[in-house]
Amino acid sequence: MEKNKVITNCKVLIIGGSAGSLSVLLQILPQIPKLNDFAIVIVVHRKSTDDQTLEDLLKLKSKIKVKSVEDKVPLIPGFVYIAPSNYHLLFEKNQTLSLDTSEKINYSRPSIDVSFESAAEAYGESVIAILLSGSNSDGTNGLKTIKNFGGIIAVQNPISAEMPFMPNNAILNTNPDFILNKEEMLDFINSINKKQD
Amino acid sequence: MIKDIELETLINDVYEYYGFDFGSYSRASLKRRVERVIQLDGFIHFHEFLSKVRYDPEYYKRVVDEITVNVTEMFRDPAFYAVVRNEILPLLGTKPFIRLWHAGCSTGEEVYSMAIMLKEAGLLHKSLIYATDINATVLESAKKGIFPLRMMKEYSENYRTAGGKEDFSSYYIANYGIAKFNEELAAKMVFSQHNLVSDTSFNEFDLILCRNVLIYFDNNLQKRVINLFDESLAVLGFLALGTKETLKYSIDSNKYKQLDKEKIWRKIK
Repeated sequence: MEKNKVITNCKVLIIGGSAGSLSVLLQILPQIPKLNDFAIVIVVHRKSTDDQTLEDLLKLKSKIKVKSVEDKVPLIPGFVYIAPSNYHLLFEKNQTLSLDTSEKINYSRPSIDVSFESAAEAYGESVIAILLSGSNSDGTNGLKTIKNFGGIIAVQNPISAEMPFMPNNAILNTNPDFILNKEEMLDFINSINKKQD
Repeated sequence: MIKDIELETLINDVYEYYGFDFGSYSRASLKRRVERVIQLDGFIHFHEFLSKVRYDPEYYKRVVDEITVNVTEMFRDPAFYAVVRNEILPLLGTKPFIRLWHAGCSTGEEVYSMAIMLKEAGLLHKSLIYATDINATVLESAKKGIFPLRMMKEYSENYRTAGGKEDFSSYYIANYGIAKFNEELAAKMVFSQHNLVSDTSFNEFDLILCRNVLIYFDNNLQKRVINLFDESLAVLGFLALGTKETLKYSIDSNKYKQLDKEKIWRKIK
C-alpha cells in the first residue's frame, strides 16, 4: 500500500464484488467504527432470492448503520447502502440513488460497471472504488471511468482473493492506485478523510 | 459518453419538435439509455444523432422505443404475485365486475400473468384488464400474447413460486421457439397507448399495477402519476408498485394503508 497518498475529499466509497466477496465484506465492515464523512455503497452480484441476507447480517454485526436502498433514497455520509438484486444502482447529481431494471450488463444486474460509471459521473474525484474477488470481468470498465474522472481506485490483491479473475482483470487493464490484501483493507477504509495530526 | 448539456439539449428539442417531455425523467438512467441508442445506431458525434432525431420522425419513434426500458417477465417477483393471489383477488372477487389497469405494461408478460391468476380464481369472466404503455411497438407485441419459448422454464418456476398449481404449459401452445398464450386470456385485455407524463385518468379501477415505472421519474413527476392513480382508483381499491418503489413521498399517507410486506396499498378514503 502506498504510504504518501492521503485521501481527504471522499464523499462515496463504492465497493464492487462477485463470487468470494461476501466473506471479505463480512469480515471487514463490522470492524469499521465509523465513517469519516463519506458513505459506502456496496454493489455485489448475488441471487435475487437471497436479497436480504447481506443486509440483515450487516445490520446485525456492524456499528455503522445500513440503509435499505429504495428508489431515490438520499445518499447520506456515515451510512452503508447495498444495491438490491435485480436492479442497476445509479447515482443522481442531487445526492440521491436511483434504480433501473434495464438489460443486464456483463450478465449482471446490478452491474458493477454501471454503478461505478454512474458514481464517477455524479461524484467525480470524490469517489473511491474498491473491486473485490469475483469470476467475471464486471468492474474493470467502471474503474477506468472513475480514474478518468479523477477518483481513486483500489483492487483486492488477486493472491488474497477467493476468485482472482475479477481483480486480476482490473489490474491488467487499469492502473490501480492501491492493490490491497484483505488485512490492509480495514486500515485503508479507516484512513479515508482522516484528519492529519 | 454524452455531456449533461447535450442531454438537456436533446430533452428540449424533443419537447419542441414532438411535444414529448422527458424533462422529469431521472437523469442518470435517461443518460445511459440515450448513450445506449447512440452506440447501437453507430453515431460518432452527438450532433449527428441530435439532427437525425429532429428531422426524422420515424427515427424519433425508434429513439423513444429504445429509451423506455422494456425488461419484464411473467410473475416477476413471485412473492408479490402470491400476495395478489391469496389476499387481493379474494377481496376483489366479491365485486360484480372487476376493472384492472396495468400502467406501463411493456410487452405484456405481467398482464398475462394476472389474467392466469384471475382465471384460476374463477374471476376472469367478470374482469377487464386495461393495459397501457407509452410505447406503441411493445403494445403490438403484447396483444399477440407470444413470448419466447426458452423463457417458459423460468416463468413456470415463477408461476409455481407464486402459488400456481396447474400445469403452466396448458396456458400456451408451443411452436417453433415461441409460446402463444391462449386467446381466452387476451379476450379480457384492452391495450392502448397512454402517456403517464401528460395523459389523464380514463376510468375507475379496483386494482392499478404500475411496477418499476416510477423509478424512471423524478419526484415531481412521481407525484403527478400517483395523483393520477389516486383519481383513477375506487375507494378500497388497490395500488401495486415495484418492489423498491414507494408512495410515501408522493401522497398523504392517511389516504392509503400498506399491506404487510409487499408494495401494495389500499385506498381507504
